[in-house]
Amino acid sequence: MELNDLYRDVILDHNRRPRNFGALEPADASVEGFNPMCGDRLTLRLRMADDRISDIRFEGQGCAISTASASLMTEAVKGRTRSEALQLFDRVHELLTDDAAPHAQELGKLAALSGVRAYPARVKCASLCWHTLASALRSSNPQVLPAVSTE
Amino acid sequence: MKNIALADHSAGFDVHELRRQFPILARTVHGKPLAYLDNGASAQRPSAVIDAVDDYERRHHANIHRGVHTLSQEATALYESARDRLVRFINARSRHEIIFVRGTTEAINLVAQSYARPMLQPGDELLITHLEHHANIVPWQMVCEQTGAKLVVAPIDSRGEVHVEAVVALMNPRTRLFACAHVSNALGTVLPVRRLIAAAKARGIVTLIDGAQAVPHMQVDVQDLGCDFYAFSGHKMFGPTGVGVLYGREQLLERMPPWQGGGEMILAVTFAKTTYNGLPNKFEAGTPNISGAIGLGAAVDFLSGLDRDAAHAHEGALLGHATAVLGRIPELRIVGTAGEKASLVSFVVSGVHPHDLGTILDEDGIAIRTGHHCAMPVMEFFNLPATARASFAFYNTLEEIDRLAAGVERARKLFA
Repeated sequence: MELNDLYRDVILDHNRRPRNFGALEPADASVEGFNPMCGDRLTLRLRMADDRISDIRFEGQGCAISTASASLMTEAVKGRTRSEALQLFDRVHELLTDDAAPHAQELGKLAALSGVRAYPARVKCASLCWHTLASALRSSNPQVLPAVSTE
Repeated sequence: MKNIALADHSAGFDVHELRRQFPILARTVHGKPLAYLDNGASAQRPSAVIDAVDDYERRHHANIHRGVHTLSQEATALYESARDRLVRFINARSRHEIIFVRGTTEAINLVAQSYARPMLQPGDELLITHLEHHANIVPWQMVCEQTGAKLVVAPIDSRGEVHVEAVVALMNPRTRLFACAHVSNALGTVLPVRRLIAAAKARGIVTLIDGAQAVPHMQVDVQDLGCDFYAFSGHKMFGPTGVGVLYGREQLLERMPPWQGGGEMILAVTFAKTTYNGLPNKFEAGTPNISGAIGLGAAVDFLSGLDRDAAHAHEGALLGHATAVLGRIPELRIVGTAGEKASLVSFVVSGVHPHDLGTILDEDGIAIRTGHHCAMPVMEFFNLPATARASFAFYNTLEEIDRLAAGVERARKLFA
């Protein structure tokens, strides 16, 4: 496996210049994600309009994979409904863990995360933000959510 | 010809000959020769250890202290002779003072639950330092919760050093126990344990030293140190995983209740009353890690057969070289710059997260540790989520350190 396949240009770019990075006040949901193995943390804040994610931003510190994954995720889910975003979560989860995952065209730029599959120790880095998002979207009371942990 | 002191070939110390005794060091990772620089997490085993375990498994295995049959007697003799070697290795007074445990973590938990818990009163204090491994923090927090005692933490400075005066200032009549690392796993700092122990002793405070990172690098003499308890792990000193040692002063161990109940730790059991066995068996309930203890005994023999002064000098040269070549890399900061350090370098590189660095170096066959090193308070002190840590053993070479530096440069370019 080539490192270039893990650190593709899209990943490097989103790590260098993360999109939708920073605070979001007020927010309808605020969830913390934590990877106890490496100490990475992120805070995800969402604004909802009816059932749609009208705005989403993240803050925190993490490796290139986790930062780029969160950045790509915020771009991909903004404007989507709750169930669309959760479907995308499932699709990305397959992409990260399942060698037989179809090369889903609809994933767009998110497909750049597929290189992570060859590095099992790094899958959690890429999936932390997605688990955090899913926790917010599945909750009936997203204002008071426990932190999400990858362990 | 004395003027060229190449560390890899210093007098009486042939690192390449030594490496041949560690079979794993000959393997490749991703097509590159393995450069194993993660010895602080776990060191590799010499053939002598692998063979001792193998011989036991193939020829001598049976339960110990149980049977009258030949295998049981052989296994018992091997297990107990490992204990004898450990008595000599750290200069304990007797075999009653060497308790086999799963590792340093279990040793500290044993002391917390069996020594500290029965003795602590609400308002009593336990004193540790800011650079402890979680294994020397959490067991004390647990016992504080159970007893109403208070955990007090002595500060470190910006170099990652512990100052004796700063610790002593926190010792008071309520301080019942002082526990600290001999060598910091996260930063490499060698703590002034002898002076700390003396200060504690003068005030009647019982001492525990976490020696997990010290025993692989230096000769430890528990009587000379004067500590009450000393804990270490087999796998960090070139022995097997799942076995370690709690040294305790016999007078203290005698007074302590058993920590787990079961077989081996008893003399007689009736439903009305159980009479406990003597030391060290009182603390070794159940069938122990027999092969692990035998492997640890072999690791002791291996270390005792080394010229440890030469090995120590070689490790010092590795540390000096790593500090120099990594220090030349722009944007790289070494975290932990104590005056006296064991052979390890913790560092961060701006723009490159330690996790990414770990993956990139692995592609070059270089194994380092990245993360918080189970010392999150230390990371918090330096305001870092994680560092990269290269930790050396006497079998590492200057060339491996050059490869590490080249890999770091490659990572910097990728993320620039």
